[in-house]
Amino acid sequence: MKAARFDYIRPRTVQEVLDHLAEHGDEAKVIAGGQSLVPTMNVRLAAPAVLIDINHVEELSGIEADKGTLRIGALTRHAEIAASETVAAHAPLLSMAAPWIAHEAIRNRGTFGGSLATADPASEWPACATVLDATIHLVSARGTRQVAAGDFFQGVYETAIEPDELLTHVEIPAIGEGYRAGFSEFARRKGDYASVGVAVQGRVGASGAIGRLLKRGEGRLHDLRIAFFGVAARPMLATAAAAALEEQPLDESTLKAAQEALPTDFTPMEDLYMSSAAKAHLARVLLGRVMTTLYHGEGR
Amino acid sequence: MKVSMTVNGKAASADVEPRTLLVEYLRDHLELTGTHVGCDTGQCGACTVHLDGRAVKACSVLAGQAEGAEVTTIEGLANGSEELHPMQAAFREYHGLQCGFCTPGMVMAAVDLVKTHPGASDETIREQLEGNICRCTGYENIVRAVKAGAASMGGQ
Repeated sequence: MKAARFDYIRPRTVQEVLDHLAEHGDEAKVIAGGQSLVPTMNVRLAAPAVLIDINHVEELSGIEADKGTLRIGALTRHAEIAASETVAAHAPLLSMAAPWIAHEAIRNRGTFGGSLATADPASEWPACATVLDATIHLVSARGTRQVAAGDFFQGVYETAIEPDELLTHVEIPAIGEGYRAGFSEFARRKGDYASVGVAVQGRVGASGAIGRLLKRGEGRLHDLRIAFFGVAARPMLATAAAAALEEQPLDESTLKAAQEALPTDFTPMEDLYMSSAAKAHLARVLLGRVMTTLYHGEGR
Repeated sequence: MKVSMTVNGKAASADVEPRTLLVEYLRDHLELTGTHVGCDTGQCGACTVHLDGRAVKACSVLAGQAEGAEVTTIEGLANGSEELHPMQAAFREYHGLQCGFCTPGMVMAAVDLVKTHPGASDETIREQLEGNICRCTGYENIVRAVKAGAASMGGQ
């Protein structure tokens, strides 16, 4: 036996979960896939007195698209997102990012909502949610509220979730016409948390005569949203780099300008394995890689 | 607390502490010691079993979370008969092991990947086995074994 003792509760409905959260507050911890929480409890970095297992709350699962919005239930597994045609059609960024998350056996178990609520600064979903301007839906006995991804991630393992709140689902605006997505990351060993990663979405528009057919590697970039992860306590939007690319074709000089703008956006925090300077270098390289792939039309 | 699940086709239940891991339940309560514990932190894959038909790392799942589920371990793969499962036979045939410690997890992950990636290339097999670490073989024969095992499973 590895974890400290806890009381285990297995509710079947959201209402039961909320009742337990209201009763136990920050003594309790919600467990979904448990792919971060169980190892953390095993080494006793976490020792909740009460564990509320939401795996049997069916209403928290599922992927739906309706009226330009993709809705992903908190309990939806990474592997379901990776395999979903609905996700590929409405938020291809998520389809691109999913294979980078840990390993297959972990993707079979770990959940979308669990990853967002854990808010590991080197994990993929928070950066994707930030780029996609996702809306995170929270519910408690006090009522419901919605938090934009940009406000949701607050620090290392810190989010806007209050102790009595449950993350139920996430809403993501469906990708628009002419938009493309891109994703890349570097980890010391594939499946480990990223040293540095980047998620991008933006539009490639015609630059010449109106109505001219746009070929691969042509056009100008618009409305780019670029988020890096693994570089700070939360996903960092690279607005200066995006501004350097706005309304430009992707050539050597604009890409260089964007890469040189990155220090304006963030100075990477070092971790156990990598210095700030090495991460800054990786961020430049990954930006080049992901933008080149996106621009040349393989990004969607 | 009481946990009840189906393990290798048979009903199993026991009184356990809530903090019991699925791998501890399988090994210590059901004496199914074919499922190995390597790293204990979800990295090495030695403890891979099937939970409702999909590979999971049994060191990162609580026994209570498998309540009502169908669990298959390496002992249940050959479906009770004396013959080995085609994937086990392929590991023997292609010498996909040396010390054997990682093998149960490797085989369970391999059977899952045949389901999700029928006809997988060497590259896909390598990608799908990223979560299973082997310290002996250098993986070459494991990839050969998985490819052969997948072929004899007929994409099932």
